[in-house]
Amino acid sequence: MGEYTAQELLSIFAMQGFSGLSLFSVLLLMALGLAIIFGQMGVINMAHGEFMAVGAYTTYLLSVISEEYFPGFVEYYFIFAIVVSFLVAGALGYLAEFVLIRHLYKRPLDTLLATWGLSLIMQQSFRSIFGAREVSPTLPEWLMGSYQPTEMIDIPINGMFVLGLTAVVTLGVFYLMFKSSWGLRVRATTQNRVMSGAVGINTKKVDRLTFALGCGIAGIAGAAFTTIASTGPTTGSLYIVDTFMVVVFGGAASLYGTIVSAFSIAQAQSILEFFISGSMAKVITLLVIVIFLMMRPEGLFASKVRK
Amino acid sequence: MNFVYDRLLGGKNGAIGFAILAALVFLILPLVLDLFRLNLVGKYLTYAFAAVSLVLLWGYGGILSLGQGVFFGLGGYCMAMFLKLEASDPESTKIQSTPGIPDFMDWNQLTQLPWFWEPFNSFGFTLAAVLLVPAIFAFIIGYSMFKRRVGGVYFAIITQIIAVILTVLIVGQQGYTGGINGITDLRTLHGWDIREDSAKYILYFVNAFLLFAVIMLSRFILTSKLGRLLLAMKDKEDRVRFSGYDVSNFKIFVFCLSAMISAIGGAMFTLQVGFMSPSFVGIVPSIEMVIFAAVGGRMSLIGVVYGTLLVNFGKTIFSETFPELWLYLMGALFIAVVMYFPNGLAGIWEKHGSKLFSCIKNMQCFSAVKSMLDKKRLVKADVAGK
Repeated sequence: MGEYTAQELLSIFAMQGFSGLSLFSVLLLMALGLAIIFGQMGVINMAHGEFMAVGAYTTYLLSVISEEYFPGFVEYYFIFAIVVSFLVAGALGYLAEFVLIRHLYKRPLDTLLATWGLSLIMQQSFRSIFGAREVSPTLPEWLMGSYQPTEMIDIPINGMFVLGLTAVVTLGVFYLMFKSSWGLRVRATTQNRVMSGAVGINTKKVDRLTFALGCGIAGIAGAAFTTIASTGPTTGSLYIVDTFMVVVFGGAASLYGTIVSAFSIAQAQSILEFFISGSMAKVITLLVIVIFLMMRPEGLFASKVRK
Repeated sequence: MNFVYDRLLGGKNGAIGFAILAALVFLILPLVLDLFRLNLVGKYLTYAFAAVSLVLLWGYGGILSLGQGVFFGLGGYCMAMFLKLEASDPESTKIQSTPGIPDFMDWNQLTQLPWFWEPFNSFGFTLAAVLLVPAIFAFIIGYSMFKRRVGGVYFAIITQIIAVILTVLIVGQQGYTGGINGITDLRTLHGWDIREDSAKYILYFVNAFLLFAVIMLSRFILTSKLGRLLLAMKDKEDRVRFSGYDVSNFKIFVFCLSAMISAIGGAMFTLQVGFMSPSFVGIVPSIEMVIFAAVGGRMSLIGVVYGTLLVNFGKTIFSETFPELWLYLMGALFIAVVMYFPNGLAGIWEKHGSKLFSCIKNMQCFSAVKSMLDKKRLVKADVAGK
């Protein structure tokens, strides 16, 4: 690092830090959904990345449609796309839970394999429908450009938008989980399924809606993802391992942990990336986390529950 | 004799299955298939090592490892490093700027053999490394995970992360590992050309022999007290622990053993196919190995070999003719096996095969099958006559 001046270093950190924030946003949105599903039902959803891709493709589709038929709408479609991505991915998640996952709650390792199969099918469907090439939607004017606080720092606006979106979604999830009566039922089911059933909570319905919500949030992550990179059939599978790592590193039962771990993983990766090659940055980040998990398997924020 | 019969072959049913599989692998396939296809079968049989290792680890131990590709790859890479060093003697690499080092190192401006390549000049060391490197690696992972009572889904995810780390590392460190292309252009083993037809036949039989040896070893372990403990741990781990057993030690042992078995497969893969690359290390191959075991029947040592052969043949045939369909089919296979056939082919065989057996005993089927065959023969004769 010796060849950089202090000011240059500061700018590098600011810019890499900001690009890390974009990665953080996508990882966090993905991980929130996964953490809810995993924390709630102990189910590992290997197809989670594909639900993100569903959101991304929905956004792309809406962009194409609004360009073709409603040119006046192009400026605003993106907001609309976020909502539709959430609904589409959520509906698909609801369906997947109903058809597949609810039969396998007692066999978590088998769910892992079944959802992997689901992810293969979804990937191939993307390939058949949208082609093997990567696609990206046309972003509205107001998402383009960048903000320059100083001469050397250059912060893209879409990154800031995604960050804001993530904040809103995260707050929404926290409100749902910790303030609403639905969240109360979810938490009750997580803590003691049998007892919750006994006091009249429809745990099956809770499971289904939780799964749909998790997938829906992945859909929002997909919509956000389109502003950062282009989408291909295998986009989801590229992020799935990182997302799992975020959830496990943060501590599966803790949403706060998920936020902290998404932040630290994304920042570590993108700041390291500037100084060493991208692949080594990834290796070092992953290795540090694996070693950490070997010493502290419960993750950063463990819930103090006797097992 | 009883020892061999009961402990290595697994009693009557085990011995019958063993004999049928042996006849298929040692006699029928070599006689029926041409060398190219036989070599392909040999390649699939190397995956069967990983599938057998998963029977021990997953079927009986209840520990799902999504990183068997790591050990397969480590074994394969150890063998490939030895073969590559033999293929890059100063004579045949004299056009390089540094003769005597593997070609990909030269392309990446390395001027000296890295220190960890040096010992692979010795064949004895390589053979030991094929077994020990994965075992030590597995021991470190297993020790740190199982001693802290990490298991189940967590363990699966961590092994998966390790598979990613190793793949990214191999691809990234091109000068030391050959990068994404892997270690290619392997020629001789102690001067013996492994690309020749006769060598391919010999390697096929060596591979098959090793596979059967591994199956017998696994059977021996599963019929021992350890095997029963593994099964007990899978069902009620706490009770085994409270009975005074150190559960983690058994888990570490079976994890290391399964790593070594997979590694033998990897080393044989390198010998038969002639290269090793990161595409056999990562997440996808690792999870495919799990599906081989799941299709064959995760509790059946013989079944998983059929499972491996079947899935791989399916893959080859489908990806040649309908590449679009293959992923759908593979996905459906994952779902169907998990939801409807949790015991795989072996489960189906046990359910319906026993009926067939009793039917054969009563000789009813024999006459039925015979009359059917006679009819067919008549039809054939008819056709030939015309």
